[in-house]
Amino acid sequence: MSARMLRVAAVEPLTPLVTRFRFEDPEDRRLPLFSGGAHVVVEMPDADLLRRNAYSLISDPFDGSGYEIAVRREDTGRGGSRFMHTQVSAGDLLRVSEPVNLFALDLRARKHVMIAGGIGITPFLSQLKQLSRLQVPYELHYAARSRAEAAGLRLLNGAAHVHVHISEEGNRMDIGAILSGQPLGTHVYTCGPEGLIAGVEDAAARLGWPQGALHSEAFLSPPPGKPFEVTLARSGTTLTVGPHQSLLEAAEAAGVEIPWSCRGGACGQCESAVLDCHGRIEHNDHWLGEEDRNAQTKIMPCVSRFQGETLIIDR
Amino acid sequence: MPRIDFSPSIKTRPVYAALQSRGAAPALMLAEAEGAEALIELADADAAVMDRAHVIYIPGGSGHGARLKALAPKMYHESPSFDACLERYRKALGDAQMGTQLYLAGGEGALGRAMSEALAAGMPVEAIQTEHRGSIARRMQCVHCKGVTEGVTTDPFTCAHCGLTLFVRDHFSRRLGAFQGVCVDAETPGVVPAAQEIRP
Ligand code: FES
Repeated sequence: MSARMLRVAAVEPLTPLVTRFRFEDPEDRRLPLFSGGAHVVVEMPDADLLRRNAYSLISDPFDGSGYEIAVRREDTGRGGSRFMHTQVSAGDLLRVSEPVNLFALDLRARKHVMIAGGIGITPFLSQLKQLSRLQVPYELHYAARSRAEAAGLRLLNGAAHVHVHISEEGNRMDIGAILSGQPLGTHVYTCGPEGLIAGVEDAAARLGWPQGALHSEAFLSPPPGKPFEVTLARSGTTLTVGPHQSLLEAAEAAGVEIPWSCRGGACGQCESAVLDCHGRIEHNDHWLGEEDRNAQTKIMPCVSRFQGETLIIDR
Repeated sequence: MPRIDFSPSIKTRPVYAALQSRGAAPALMLAEAEGAEALIELADADAAVMDRAHVIYIPGGSGHGARLKALAPKMYHESPSFDACLERYRKALGDAQMGTQLYLAGGEGALGRAMSEALAAGMPVEAIQTEHRGSIARRMQCVHCKGVTEGVTTDPFTCAHCGLTLFVRDHFSRRLGAFQGVCVDAETPGVVPAAQEIRP
């Protein structure tokens, strides 16, 4: 994955939990443009650990003067967001990958309906900028627990067609009502917790929406778990994956490169063949189908874990 | 009229399965001639499919109107030709919403036209079902002058717009709802194979 060193140009807290970071080229060169919904992977050298986290770009896709992301501090998470919040300040240099988009707008749509839960607002911020240029009808529904959680409010700047649902204020989002009565050619995009995505899929199925009109992005970070051992057959090493580490990160720490792109179980890049498995793979990805999961012949090292005797993969 | 088995062809050539009920969802149904039988079978399998259905029927000389109407769809309309019901069909598509199901049945030309109108209105492909009944006459677009000739039954045929002799290809445009006709004697002007009846 190609990446470049970028300078942190600004750090701005949006809410007590969410901070905006702006990156620019150290020599003020233009950065590659992207499309709404794209993300970058930020490398964080944290002591002897190299973390890489994916963040949706929230800035204007047509503005190459910088990239902006919004990071929510997850105190119970694996430390990436805490690193961003506590160790990074303006002027620092960080390696940032080129933008990749796994959540692009379907430009054939007649209308775009976007549904965001909490920090899931981020990919929509760049999509909104793209949509306002395209002059295509859209509506955005943004649900958050409280106003303090709703970091996006500061970034939406009164954009049109935005509906805010704050559950603490008793204004809950009614997914069925949102999906009813939409004109032909509408596509719906959901980003947020798994429960929200499942809720939209259920309501859409009930109302007879075809699968092809539904898009979603779950912000998966590698879930922690019990440590486990894995043998990388081609490299001839056996390593232990720590409780707050992913298999991918453990392999990287041991100097073994596994191709990756999203690091969140969505893109399929890191798919690895399982050569031997005595135990149970915890498939945490959105990539493998039911059959592959059950057969335990493939694993996605960026998010999936293992429990049992032996796991040997073809890396 | 029995169903016709089309011979296997290139991927682009539409294949028509039997209509399957998607329940009592809002539905728009358009049947041409023998296509009425497909709607009748559909309702026999699941009567609820008619609960919220708007049926448009183009008899074209066949007399299934009374039986169709007896299925008690929410709305029923008969029209002497596709052109005559086009405004109604377009209005119904314009009023349709995500979740509306489209059922089409009839000859190849009517299916193509109805499909193309629906896609132009934004109907998702997955919401459209087509069942072939009746005529295998094709709607052909001349790739040279872009004119569309309806009801083509021979190969080659003469373009009704520019007069070129066109070879009937299986290459289909979903957007236009038409097969592609390509000049048959471009390399050897005047050397034209004898016209044959097109086969399924
Ligand atoms: S890196 Fe994308 S699925 Fe693992």
